[in-house]
Amino acid sequence: MIYERALGAVIIFAFFVTSVLVLSFYLGRRAKSAKAYYAASGQIHWFVNGIAFAGDYLSAASFLGICGMISFFGYDGFLYSIGYLAGWIVALFVIAEPLKRMGRYTFADALDNKFKSRGIKLTAAISTLIVSVFYLIPQMVGAGVLVKPLLGFPHHVGVLLVGFIVVVIVVTAGMVSTTYVQFIKGSLLVVFCAILTWMILNRGLTTKPMNGDKELADFKVLPAAEVLKKPGAELVPEQGPWTGKPYVRIKDTSTGITSVWRKDGENNQFLAETQTLVVKDGKTYANGLPHGLKPGEGDLRSIGRISELPGGVEKTGPLGPIEYLKTLKGSTMVLWSSEKIVEPNEVTTVYFQKKAKGEDLLLPGASPTFSGLRGPDIWKKLDFLSLMLALFAGTASLPHILIRYYTVRDQESARKSTVVGIASIGFFYVLTLYLGLGAMTSGSMDPTNNNMAAPLLAKSFSPLLFAIISAIAFTTVLGTVSGLILAASGAVAHDIMTNVLKIEMEDRKKVASGKVVAIIVGIVAMILGILFEKLNVTFLVGWAFNIAASANLPALIMLLFWSRTTKQGIAAAIVFGMFSSLAWILLSAQAFKDVYGLDPKLAVVPFSQPGLVTIPLGFLVLVIVSLLTAKKKVAVPYETGTVKPVV
Amino acid sequence: MSSVDEHSVAHVETETEATIARNARNGLILFGVYVLFYIGFTYLNAFQPKLMASTPFGGLNLALIYGMALIVFALVLALIYMWQCKAAKRKQ
Repeated sequence: MIYERALGAVIIFAFFVTSVLVLSFYLGRRAKSAKAYYAASGQIHWFVNGIAFAGDYLSAASFLGICGMISFFGYDGFLYSIGYLAGWIVALFVIAEPLKRMGRYTFADALDNKFKSRGIKLTAAISTLIVSVFYLIPQMVGAGVLVKPLLGFPHHVGVLLVGFIVVVIVVTAGMVSTTYVQFIKGSLLVVFCAILTWMILNRGLTTKPMNGDKELADFKVLPAAEVLKKPGAELVPEQGPWTGKPYVRIKDTSTGITSVWRKDGENNQFLAETQTLVVKDGKTYANGLPHGLKPGEGDLRSIGRISELPGGVEKTGPLGPIEYLKTLKGSTMVLWSSEKIVEPNEVTTVYFQKKAKGEDLLLPGASPTFSGLRGPDIWKKLDFLSLMLALFAGTASLPHILIRYYTVRDQESARKSTVVGIASIGFFYVLTLYLGLGAMTSGSMDPTNNNMAAPLLAKSFSPLLFAIISAIAFTTVLGTVSGLILAASGAVAHDIMTNVLKIEMEDRKKVASGKVVAIIVGIVAMILGILFEKLNVTFLVGWAFNIAASANLPALIMLLFWSRTTKQGIAAAIVFGMFSSLAWILLSAQAFKDVYGLDPKLAVVPFSQPGLVTIPLGFLVLVIVSLLTAKKKVAVPYETGTVKPVV
Repeated sequence: MSSVDEHSVAHVETETEATIARNARNGLILFGVYVLFYIGFTYLNAFQPKLMASTPFGGLNLALIYGMALIVFALVLALIYMWQCKAAKRKQ
């Protein structure tokens, strides 16, 4: 679907950005030292930090990705919500307080607290860099994807805009401005999603979603005979790749437009309306008309509708949160899927309706990603377990989350802020279920792009809400990207330059080098965001979680709980975790399909998410290397003749 | 584990080593409880999907109830932990 630039959205977004930048410059005048740049001088209040956790963590993948997945496929998106949130339990009970006690500015600081080893500092810094870059790419791509429909600019403009704004934020006041940007964004996100959810519940459910007096998503399913007998209707014979497919093409001789219908019903006695995007000779046609918004042109129509409510009513009126889910469970929905038909000189993408029962959609396994849950294939189930493990273990291993712990005063504040984080993030993830389901039934979704489900849902209520939500969605990227660039900047300037290479710098120079690195990382992120425009964003976020969990978590946990951990063990575990998870991912069916464009069946590894294998292996490598490098006890004879062990 | 790192800038910890150890133990117990709850959820989804379709109460299926419960339970455990830590600090 084509989106007109919403002037309201641009204005509100410009307002947010200006406020944030003004705040940054003001705070920057006071943030001069390295401690201020990397850790906000440890002066952030625990409540502010807690909301900043939400602003740091809840990226476009959470807001747009999960709502979009739920709106198209039902329950499965919620599995990500649960996994993402559960990871904070690891953070609270295992990581938060020790990390705060042991470190100064970065994750490498904490890990190296006991050993003072350059090997640990280097490997931890590299791990931070790799994870941050993997996490940055989908954020930048997300920014480009968002900015096109929401603000009307092309992809690369979105990437450059985000990159530039974030670099300014980070360079002016480092962690201080980053914290307040994340705090503002976190609050706005949770508050407005709560408002939107309240509006969804208040609107209730209906089989006839309306926009003013126009009925939305009103797609017909008609008896075949009626469609074929319409005056001027001419049946287009099946040929080439159309043969054997459940479509009937009918040309209207009066307009010259060919419409595609899909066979429906037990004996194919019905035909269901579809939508088509045809690319022919470099031009695109939507539903037969040239793709555009001018007169004589056409666009795809919005979708998403309930076909039957329980009891056969047409609308329910306001519903409570539990009734909403119950009613959906008893309803039948119209979902949409698509199929590409490739002919020598034209490519047709057919978007077709398919009915789905609510009780089926509100169970795991209704989406392509998790369909393995419903089948017998053990590898697909292991893939699911691996993903849930990676999400659980990954949250507390993400460097840009860990560095937030250094901004508060002490470990008690670290603990309190994590609880605030859990409350706000958990609340938000509960809302995602309602936002996704609300979008599914709103009649306003874009059949080609489920990332737009949440903003379009807002649009179905009011253009103002759409403008606000769009601006917030964009600010969402700013918050997370700031955290990532700061983490990467710390890894290079503080960990590598100051602590590994031992480049002597006075405090002010340390800050300056941090800022220079931030600019470089920002530029790299912009370039990658433009290059990887077509790559699947959720795939990359999954990578980042798997690598973070495999590389960082074994080291952190064993350091805290096993006294025989050695510095070589830690360094080895990080290196092994990083490379094994990376290698596994590159050899997976997902990579074969999405990155190389090869047949996924040729993939080397049996399932795509490495966590289930690489995380335990990380622990094993740490234990083995630690035992091998343990300091030996040596017996030395005393003058009295007794033997005393000496370490 | 040392509670203060002499190389880092002094952020003053207000909790003693004994309190820290007690809190850590409480934290791990609560963590263990949550892990079991989480494993139960993942196991059922992978190997007993039909059970997730059952409706134990409230008219909602187990998948929805268990999923929401995991989110709510996380916050509940977090608050329990806070309360335990406050109590430990008062004893200190």
